[in-house]
Amino acid sequence: MMRQAPRRAADYGPIAFPAAMLLLFFAVPFGLMIAVSFFQRVEGGFYEPAFVWSNYARFLSVFFGRVLSFSMLLAAGVAVLSVALAFPFTYLLTRLRRRTQVLWLVFLLSVLSLSEVIIGFAWATLLSANAGLTNLLVMLGLMDAPTSLSPGLGAVLVGIVYQAFPYTVLVLYPALSRLDPTLMEAARTLGSSPLKGFFTVVVPALRNSIVATLIMVFVFALGCYLLPQLLGRPQHWTLSVLITDQALFQANMPFAAAMAVFLVLVSLGLVGLSLLVGKKENAA
Amino acid sequence: MKTNNMAGGLLVGRRAILAGGAAAVGLMAAPSILRAAETLKVGVYGGYFKDSFDKHIFPEFTKATGIAVESVAEPTGDAWLVQLEQAARANQAPADVSMIAQVGMLKGINAKLWTALDLAKLPNAAAVLPHLVNKYPDGRVAGIGAVSWYITLVSNTKAIPETPSSWAALWDAKRKDQLGLMALVSNSFLLEVTAATFFGGTKHLDTEAGQLDCFKKLSELRKNVKLWYRDEAQFEAALKAGEVPMGQYYHDVTGLAVADGHPVRSTFPKEGGITDSGSWAVSRASKKAEQAHIFINYMCQPSIQALLSRKVGTAPTIDRKKTDLTDAEFAGVSSDIAPIIPRYDLYLSKADWLNQKWTEMIVG
Repeated sequence: MMRQAPRRAADYGPIAFPAAMLLLFFAVPFGLMIAVSFFQRVEGGFYEPAFVWSNYARFLSVFFGRVLSFSMLLAAGVAVLSVALAFPFTYLLTRLRRRTQVLWLVFLLSVLSLSEVIIGFAWATLLSANAGLTNLLVMLGLMDAPTSLSPGLGAVLVGIVYQAFPYTVLVLYPALSRLDPTLMEAARTLGSSPLKGFFTVVVPALRNSIVATLIMVFVFALGCYLLPQLLGRPQHWTLSVLITDQALFQANMPFAAAMAVFLVLVSLGLVGLSLLVGKKENAA
Repeated sequence: MKTNNMAGGLLVGRRAILAGGAAAVGLMAAPSILRAAETLKVGVYGGYFKDSFDKHIFPEFTKATGIAVESVAEPTGDAWLVQLEQAARANQAPADVSMIAQVGMLKGINAKLWTALDLAKLPNAAAVLPHLVNKYPDGRVAGIGAVSWYITLVSNTKAIPETPSSWAALWDAKRKDQLGLMALVSNSFLLEVTAATFFGGTKHLDTEAGQLDCFKKLSELRKNVKLWYRDEAQFEAALKAGEVPMGQYYHDVTGLAVADGHPVRSTFPKEGGITDSGSWAVSRASKKAEQAHIFINYMCQPSIQALLSRKVGTAPTIDRKKTDLTDAEFAGVSSDIAPIIPRYDLYLSKADWLNQKWTEMIVG
């Protein structure tokens, strides 16, 4: 279907409402957060309107630099793992009968309805020495004694990937289900194995969708603050955990806001950079 | 997951984080008891605590005074304080009277958030232990002790057969990767524990050198800690299962777990348990100061303090001899060993420095 590009102001009418909502519920709160990040912290009290850089200055330290890089690496790891699992899964899913596909999608949507708290507690139990998965391995004779796998980095990764997986599938699903099946058929008739066809035809054809999904999961994982607390040790706490501490337990809104603004800027920068790199590659 | 924690919900936990975000929902969800002109809005910690007050305490108060109470579930941590202060700036009071922990009381005093209380209208408050009466620098009263509770050394009796006798047991090399401790400097009070156990008392924290001594000693503890918890339910489950066989936890909740037959014990170490308490304070935006005084005065009565110990599991804020608590009942909520009293002053004057040092210490 062809549409005409908007020419007059009135042509933008249909997006006026969403634009107003975006402004009201996203731009305004974000602006407030930026404003608070420059306020003066009153130790042993609250904060006062001011314009100071001290909240940002406190953040610029080796310690917070390390926490920030860990958060980024963790989010990147989650993004890569989720897409690596979800992409083949979604590809196979789109080859199934319609009914089966719907059942799977309903199941994945129902996983989304679980709260982060439930997911955290469930995985803590599944990875414990008393009631955890290692007991199964002991029963099967694969291990000598049950061990505790939580808290630890593995537990944090498992928890967040579990939470991100349904989103990843749902984002990849439209692109994969629209993929022209004749592409793969052509590859097969030309003699490539299914595996080779998947990696040399399907994956490159959907490169843009994969990059977009990686970015989405990355940003999603960056905001995680509960699972790192429940399933990780202090060295696995993300910047979001420290922001929560400052906002709720130290009543230090200006510092929490400064950290949050910094986190948003850095992730926007990374996303922009990866889009730029993608564009250059496409052009080349 | 256990949800009926008592004092366990007071200072820590994800409950605070969740409740912080959902405080507005909490306000709306408050039960709509008789919305008469006489209704007093009282803030208490959400969960088991509020349920116990709703069931055992507030109905009795209404019967005795004719003043209806609308209880408000307040989040732990500083979230409630921030909301009260923001609301007071707009001349609103989400609760007339609130139960506030000690650090919060002091922050509220600094921000002049609390209405000064008139002791002439609070005859029963004379019995409240002097250190549980909060005062403005000019001597006016800002808050009156509501309830006290203890944080003690807890352990799993199956995993650790011998009863520990000192906080020093936390440093024992045998406890490698076995401890569960609270994740924040301002709710674990482990600096005070370290000072009392190894440096002769919390006076050692007077100087920065002393504080650094304690941080250094505490960093030796790191390899023993498996779980630094913000969520009390997570630690409680792990303690009962023996997954994390030792740590610090609330004496009263551990007592409930013992009563339920779980293999756990709560020990008052020879250096003392950590005592902490909540005070009643009135927001300066409240227009119900009269009723608030009647409420606070009512809560200070020996019979009500005993009722709180029996039904809510808190320690009395008045001398136990004034109550009719039996020795067994008193032991269930307290101990005669002199407690470790937190250095609340430090969490005001050096809050950010301590928090930064602490986070760097445990993250390592």
